[in-house]
Amino acid sequence: MAWFKRSQANIQSENPKKEMPDGMWTKCGGCGEIIHRKQLEQELWTCSKCQYHFRIGSKEYFSFLLDAGSFKEMDKKMRSMDPLQFTDSKPYSRRIDETIKKTGLMDAVRTGRGTIDQRPVVIACMDFAFIGGSMGSVVGEKISRAIDAARKHKHPLIIISSSGGARMMEGALSLMQLAKTSAKLAELAESHVPFISVMTDPTTGGVTASFAMLGDIHIAEPQALIGFAGPRVIRQTIGKDLPKGFQRSEFLQEKGFVDIIVHRREMREQISRVLQHLHS
Amino acid sequence: MAKVILDFERPIFELEQKIVEMRKYSDNLDIAHEIKSLEQRVDQLRRSVYNNLTRWQRVQLARHPDRPYTLDYIGMLLTDFVELHGDRHQGDDKAIVGGFGTLGHQTVLMLGHQKGRDTKSNIYRNFGMMNPEGYRKALRLMQLAAKFNRPVITLLDTPGAFPGLEAEERGQAEAIARNLFVMSRLPVPIIVVIIGEGASGGALGIGIGDRILMFENSWYSVIAPESCSSILWRSWDYKEQAAEALRLTAPDLIEQGIVDRIVPEPLGGAHRLPDVAGATLKSILIEELTKLKKIPVPKLLQKRVEKFAAMGAWKE
Ligand SMILES: [Zn+2]
Repeated sequence: MAWFKRSQANIQSENPKKEMPDGMWTKCGGCGEIIHRKQLEQELWTCSKCQYHFRIGSKEYFSFLLDAGSFKEMDKKMRSMDPLQFTDSKPYSRRIDETIKKTGLMDAVRTGRGTIDQRPVVIACMDFAFIGGSMGSVVGEKISRAIDAARKHKHPLIIISSSGGARMMEGALSLMQLAKTSAKLAELAESHVPFISVMTDPTTGGVTASFAMLGDIHIAEPQALIGFAGPRVIRQTIGKDLPKGFQRSEFLQEKGFVDIIVHRREMREQISRVLQHLHS
Repeated sequence: MAKVILDFERPIFELEQKIVEMRKYSDNLDIAHEIKSLEQRVDQLRRSVYNNLTRWQRVQLARHPDRPYTLDYIGMLLTDFVELHGDRHQGDDKAIVGGFGTLGHQTVLMLGHQKGRDTKSNIYRNFGMMNPEGYRKALRLMQLAAKFNRPVITLLDTPGAFPGLEAEERGQAEAIARNLFVMSRLPVPIIVVIIGEGASGGALGIGIGDRILMFENSWYSVIAPESCSSILWRSWDYKEQAAEALRLTAPDLIEQGIVDRIVPEPLGGAHRLPDVAGATLKSILIEELTKLKKIPVPKLLQKRVEKFAAMGAWKE
């Protein structure tokens, strides 16, 4: 059972406490190396020793993917309405308020326009820190508007995903966001504007079963967990341990669902290159 | 008579049994009078139970093993049905059935999730849980319908997409996403009917259409109440609360702007009088199709995207 323990440790998505801590020193989730904050930032939040990719948010992605100062955020103030008045251990409305306060984010995605090597793009990036990057009405609407903007301006669309799936607290309305974003992407496809889907750790559930898997080009960060059902559910279903590397980027590429696995350090350059081929 | 009796059906069932017993001795006039009063009582009881169902009770009715399934509706609604098999790539997913048949005077493609009624048939049907090849089979049939300009009717009844190892390997997420993408722009009318359980992406994977109908005692949500309970309450015991919180019944979904129309069921549920449920669905489908076929295709597709684009609740 030795490998089972090891694979357990590898399943980062089952451990939600992986966001960047505030201290000056951080322990690498891959090799245990203690890394200084400055160095980590320089390495785009990856470990130079084992290439482990730390989980980061929209702020960080925008900072190294887009030309400096080019980002113009869209729909900045959009927020959830708690349409079902949902309550589990606490009311959803309170959960939203507290998460906004804690993260400084309005919901689990930020969208906007910017440039990459002077090429205009529409970009969306999910934040796992906001209720597990779950997709409810706000995520669906903001992504849909980003798709509309890409179509209107004929600017390529880039969506960076990181999500545990659809947001339970908005019930069927969350489920309908899969339909909504996919329908919008079908419209975009008809106008021949490229859409690059970037999958980071983790991209699972409803997000994978909609826009994340509908890219013209699928890029994944190394070792990211990507799938429909979560590993725990699959393990329960089959009653067996999962093979090593199951549902990781490399596995998905092997099975034919990911075009390129790109180290964060080369992400900007690779996206730029793809756009040059598809949209110049 | 139903073979499986749910808890809240029990008092009704017992009264009905008593009436049956008494009828055996109904030569006596005194008993005839008693029978009549018992019949009134059971009728009252039915009304009070079935007009005040909790959300969890509706979930139970939606899962009732005697409830009509896709093949039952196909048998009741269509003539000259030709079932088609396979995705022409991986295999034939038995959790979904589909084919062409005549509804009234027109050929339609009807497809839907298929559950089994006993252990053996449930294993054969994988409990109505599709694999990627099932979604790709559905996609192939829908594209065939579009090629020959035949309307599509999909029936939703699944506890979810199959969460298995091979399903992931073969791209469960991609298969569902692809269907959402293609169905959004499929150039023929599509009517979606939730006939039983509409669990999450597994149901939605054949659930994009111009009209979304829902049987009175079916449910549709982002997650099953039990799973929601286990995640948010960290225990399986809060399924009733989860069902309430998720607001997953037909009237709830009308209110949320997701479902267009409720298909009424006979008192006590579709399993009590399947023929009645079938006849109701048939007349509603013919009525809806007649309306949809009058809309020019570009307009139909535009309205279809707008329909889903309007779903959600946000403020800014
Ligand atoms: Zn490391």
